[in-house]
Amino acid sequence: MTETKQHGETVQTESRSAIEIRNLSTYYGDFRALDDINLTVDPMTVTALIGPSGCGKSTLIRVLNRMNDYIDGFRVEGQVLVDGQDIYDKKVNVEQLRKRVGMVFQKPNPFPKSIFENVAYGLKIQGIKEKSFIEERVVKSLQQVVLWDEVKDNLKKNAFGLSGGQQQRLCIARTLAVEPSIVLMDEPTSALDPISTAKIEELVFELKSQYTFVIVTHNMQQAARISDKTAFFYMGNLIEVGDTQQIFTNPGVKRTEYYIRGQFG
Amino acid sequence: MTNSGRNRLIDRAFSVWGVVSTFIGIALLLMFIGIILYDGLGRINWAFFTSLPSRFPEKAGIYTSMVGTLWIVVLTLILSLPLGISAAIYLEEYAKKGRFSNILEINISNLAGVPSIIYGLLGLQIFSRTMGLGGNLLAGAFTLALLVLPIIIVATREAIRAVPGSIKDASYALGATKWQTIWLQVLPGASGGIMTGVILALSRAVGEAAPLIVVGALAYVPFVPASPMDQYSVLPIQIFNWISRPQAGFSTNAAAGILILLAITLAMNLVAVYYRSRYQRKSN
Amino acid sequence: MARKSEKYIEGGLFAGALFTVLTTALILGVLLYETVIFFSDVSIVEFLTDRQWTPLFDEKHFGILPLLSGTILTTLVAIAFSVPVGLVIAIYLNEYSGRRFRSIVKPMLEMLAAVPTVVYGFFALVIITPFLQGIIPGLAGFSALSAGLVMGIMIIPYVTSLSEDALFAVPYSLREAAYGMGSTRFQTAFRVTLPAASSGVIVAIILAISRAIGETMIVAIAAGQQPRLTMNPLVPIETITAYIVQVSLGDVPHNSLEYRTIFAAGITLFALTFLLNSMGNWLRKKFREKYD
Repeated sequence: MTETKQHGETVQTESRSAIEIRNLSTYYGDFRALDDINLTVDPMTVTALIGPSGCGKSTLIRVLNRMNDYIDGFRVEGQVLVDGQDIYDKKVNVEQLRKRVGMVFQKPNPFPKSIFENVAYGLKIQGIKEKSFIEERVVKSLQQVVLWDEVKDNLKKNAFGLSGGQQQRLCIARTLAVEPSIVLMDEPTSALDPISTAKIEELVFELKSQYTFVIVTHNMQQAARISDKTAFFYMGNLIEVGDTQQIFTNPGVKRTEYYIRGQFG
Repeated sequence: MTNSGRNRLIDRAFSVWGVVSTFIGIALLLMFIGIILYDGLGRINWAFFTSLPSRFPEKAGIYTSMVGTLWIVVLTLILSLPLGISAAIYLEEYAKKGRFSNILEINISNLAGVPSIIYGLLGLQIFSRTMGLGGNLLAGAFTLALLVLPIIIVATREAIRAVPGSIKDASYALGATKWQTIWLQVLPGASGGIMTGVILALSRAVGEAAPLIVVGALAYVPFVPASPMDQYSVLPIQIFNWISRPQAGFSTNAAAGILILLAITLAMNLVAVYYRSRYQRKSN
Repeated sequence: MARKSEKYIEGGLFAGALFTVLTTALILGVLLYETVIFFSDVSIVEFLTDRQWTPLFDEKHFGILPLLSGTILTTLVAIAFSVPVGLVIAIYLNEYSGRRFRSIVKPMLEMLAAVPTVVYGFFALVIITPFLQGIIPGLAGFSALSAGLVMGIMIIPYVTSLSEDALFAVPYSLREAAYGMGSTRFQTAFRVTLPAASSGVIVAIILAISRAIGETMIVAIAAGQQPRLTMNPLVPIETITAYIVQVSLGDVPHNSLEYRTIFAAGITLFALTFLLNSMGNWLRKKFREKYD
């Protein structure tokens, strides 16, 4: 009975949010990593997920493009709607989903290939063979992340030769090349120096007009600088979510305040 | 004072003993190689490579057994490689942790410990008799393929495990399917380790005699095998045959054959060691 | 479409993995099938208690004991040589030597295991036996002693690498504690590290025994072809493996009783090694878990 009703709801859903999370709980075996999360992300905004280690923020961001699918014993309850579609529905094609919802990781993880091949990878696996199209897209993506001028003469060189910050921008370019609408970033600057970090933050700010960003970060200032909305997690629960300014200046919950202050101090 | 002096002495003595032990096996092997070089090197000439086996030691050569060994190695590779790599990929990338994958694991480590001659009995009954292959190359290659399968699986699994998870994540996140990720990222990343394992497996196949004797490889083959359905001999069996002959001339032949066999297997092992050290350095 | 082919690929890979189980099943099936027929002609009691093994003679006896004793004898000699040497090497490499020495020596040691066993057989027959005959007057031209010794050389790297695993797994803090109290390296190695790694060393010994039991060409060449119920390492004997080779080289008609003896002998060999390997692998898994 309930199931049919829920199913009916899914079909009717007309959501203007980029992401809508409804009553989401996740489990690794018996361990509950996230507990009844409700959260909406508006298009063309930056949402920061903050909270202490093990609070579930990384689990949540990996739920959004189903990167946890291959983990033994991982289980999801509730709904995650991306552009109005339940991504955990059986009919969903995971690979298509990941093309729409790209991801950038903690440590820069370029493939052991040339710079060009790194950016072209996402297109080639889609079966795109047209050379001029691929080249165009590679150039455009590298320009978007302001890496083009630095690498245009070395496209054939191995990506491992780049600096850490350049590698991370390459990874972002690689993600943008498949034209996602949402970009997930899991602590994208935690392995980078301050200058590279600033460049990535600038990038996010620039690209916000074209993409929806969800960013996990340990860095409070970063969250304050670049995000429109901030969500605070603690022990698998979403404690508080709101406009970044409000969360940082006038949090509604004491625990949020402690966390934010603790990090400052 | 005397007590601590005595302890230091024991410590020093053991350190010397350690070096001696380390080199005793290697020294014996080198000494042995020296002796067979002395015995056999003079016997190695072009005719030794191009002659058929013979009743007369000075006329006998390793031509047919070399060709047999080559056939066996190539066929074994063709049969075992796809099977071994498939099994390894399945176990590392697909199998869910649980009872069944546990059974698979235990089974593979047990297979790795089954004596080679038992594989011979298996091959004799299944390939030679039930499948009717008799003592031909195919029966031998099937048998050796099963024998080296665990080696290839274990090496491939290790190599796959050494590919960083972050690379796989990146591939998945760009919309690659599981197989695309395996084919385009995992296998290329693991290729050095797989190569090492395969070379070691083949060097094992080159040196095996016992299981092939059981599946009916012949000691005396006066013709060159031209197809997988032909009878054959291999170098180790030829050597074994020469060793068991009483005339002194055959002992010289055995020494010469051993030099060739050792050169092949040691070269393969050196290549494997080199590969391994190279890709280990790369992944560090 | 793409998803379907992904499924087919997974199915194919799974079949590859399943093939390994099939192999085990076939080994068991083949050995059991022939052995059951064998035991319809020869009683199990005779097989296990008769003190003679002469299936190829006119007066046939089917007692596995002589082959078993030959197998055990060569194995004992091999283990008596390889375990002390291999263990000392492992201790030396782990507790004494520098990393550089180790990284050079280990591949050299592994070469010992890479040498084809026919080569070792020749080594035993042509060099070790005459050499030992100079020292031990009563030594025959074929013997468990010289075959076992050479087998021991071959097994050294095996013992070393398994014991090294065990020693390496001992937490460094334990060693530091011993050094901190003024122990020498020798005392630390033998009073602290080795006892802590003892279960791993036992694994090394068990698996080395299994390896020696299954070894074929060295014993086929150098230990003789005379099944004999003895523990004297100086006389020719025959092992299970050497017997199987001997029959395979002859013209025993298929489907005869003589032919089936190799399967009965084979299943004895398989049972022994299977038992030892299972025990070894189980213990190894246990001690790995302990330090994880």
